[in-house]
Amino acid sequence: MSAVILGAGMHPWGKWGRPFTEYGVAAARAALRDAGLAWSDVQFVVGADTIRNGYPGFVAGATFAQAMGWNGARIASCYAACASGAQAIDIARTRILAGLCDVALVVGADSTPKGFFKPVGGDRPDDPDWLRFRLLGATNPAYFALYARRRMALYGSTAEDFAAVKVKNALAGSLNGNARYRRTTTAEQVLASPMVADPLRLMDICATSDGGAALVLASDDFARRHGASGPVRLAAVSTVTPTFPGTVLELPNFATDSTAAVPPPERTFRASIAHAAYEEAGLGPGDLSFAEVYDLSTALELDWVEDVGLCPPGEAEKLLRAGDTALGGRIPVNPSGGLASFGEAVPAQAIAQVCELTWQLRGRAGARQVEGARAGLAANQGLFGHGSAIITTT
Amino acid sequence: MTAPVIDGWFTVDDGTAHLLGTRCSDCRTVYFPPQTGLCRNPHCDGEDLTGTRLSRRGTVWSYTNACYPPPAPFVTAEPYVPVTLAAVELAEEGIVVLGQVKDLTVEDLHVGMELELTWGPLADGPPVWMWGRP
Ligand SMILES: [Zn+2]
Repeated sequence: MSAVILGAGMHPWGKWGRPFTEYGVAAARAALRDAGLAWSDVQFVVGADTIRNGYPGFVAGATFAQAMGWNGARIASCYAACASGAQAIDIARTRILAGLCDVALVVGADSTPKGFFKPVGGDRPDDPDWLRFRLLGATNPAYFALYARRRMALYGSTAEDFAAVKVKNALAGSLNGNARYRRTTTAEQVLASPMVADPLRLMDICATSDGGAALVLASDDFARRHGASGPVRLAAVSTVTPTFPGTVLELPNFATDSTAAVPPPERTFRASIAHAAYEEAGLGPGDLSFAEVYDLSTALELDWVEDVGLCPPGEAEKLLRAGDTALGGRIPVNPSGGLASFGEAVPAQAIAQVCELTWQLRGRAGARQVEGARAGLAANQGLFGHGSAIITTT
Repeated sequence: MTAPVIDGWFTVDDGTAHLLGTRCSDCRTVYFPPQTGLCRNPHCDGEDLTGTRLSRRGTVWSYTNACYPPPAPFVTAEPYVPVTLAAVELAEEGIVVLGQVKDLTVEDLHVGMELELTWGPLADGPPVWMWGRP
């Protein structure tokens, strides 16, 4: 038995300034239409929470369900930072696999303020997320920049490589009607954009966006009865924690774990996220047709390319320069345009990644279509040790 | 000196700054910020974490800066001078600690160079640990 994806829907990403509920409901309705199902067919709703929209955001499942009209469905709401959407998918999938429901709707949406992500208000000297701003002024881009600088030192990556990632993703995003940024760009434009956190420039760093994404999941029995032919299958949802001691300085921490007593684990946290997904799916990186990875920065996409096993550490630039990770290349990375083209709408982002996986595997991604796509992976990493990777297959 | 924003993370002793961590008396794992109560090593049941001063010198793991003023609760100086940050690896403790960098910019830094712990004031007065030239 497995869970399948019957419907995928999105509200376009942007800076629309509307309540997040509207984006979520629009995405949910699109996903239901795509599945050929009605709201009354949904037995279980999972909402991925947003922490920037007051109490309705903390109980997102109920907020969406109420907005669509209470229908008595079972419900869950969950928060796992950037992995919230993946966790919502996992909860729905688990309930389907347990035989407790046939049809589940997963929804995530966000409405975000301008500028840097700020900590939630109030003096909270016990919260590392508050303290890192108070004591160090360490913004999210600062952490991305630490990884980027480290990559330059270890592997000789250059600002030109980072710019090439943006150029590649902007081109893919220009072909995606749901993307916020639809303009292609040049390396010169990226390199001329203002420095934000050395070595990362404004165009290396993903923005924060409004948006909504939704999926209709079902048991394969239901899909058969419903007449869905060859629906996309959820082959793995990995939601793993790190292994002690973590040796990469993770946002929002002040320090890594200590290796004084226990040597570093075999895999870094990011690498372990994808590894667990491969194990669960019984597939390896060589089986993938494409991957969606969490490019919070251009440099981070290169880290991810290695972390999901598309090449050994230090060789992502080689793939990039050869055009392997571009649309039409051997293993396209972020054919949706990635966060570079969307900007991050936290609880919706991991769901949006799976929308792209679905459309690609159905052969319905239009001008972005990866030829003969059979298997795709979406990976992301939330704060405080919430990792996620999802593998879908035809 | 204005009172620190946080208690017990660092001290200045005769003008010399020290990071204050804790160490598990069973497995010797070191914690910064200072962990109290239970050891986080999954193979250790240790419950006795005692205070320890961390090494004052380490090597740069990575570094960056904030070209734009960070948002509150960070308090920015007028006029704003970009904050430089360094993540410094302490060999003995096997730990990387993030801090502001004093009197150096990203142009002066490179991965692998040695830095030493010092301290300086936040824009509104309270002291904080910083990494500086040895
Ligand atoms: Zn211990």
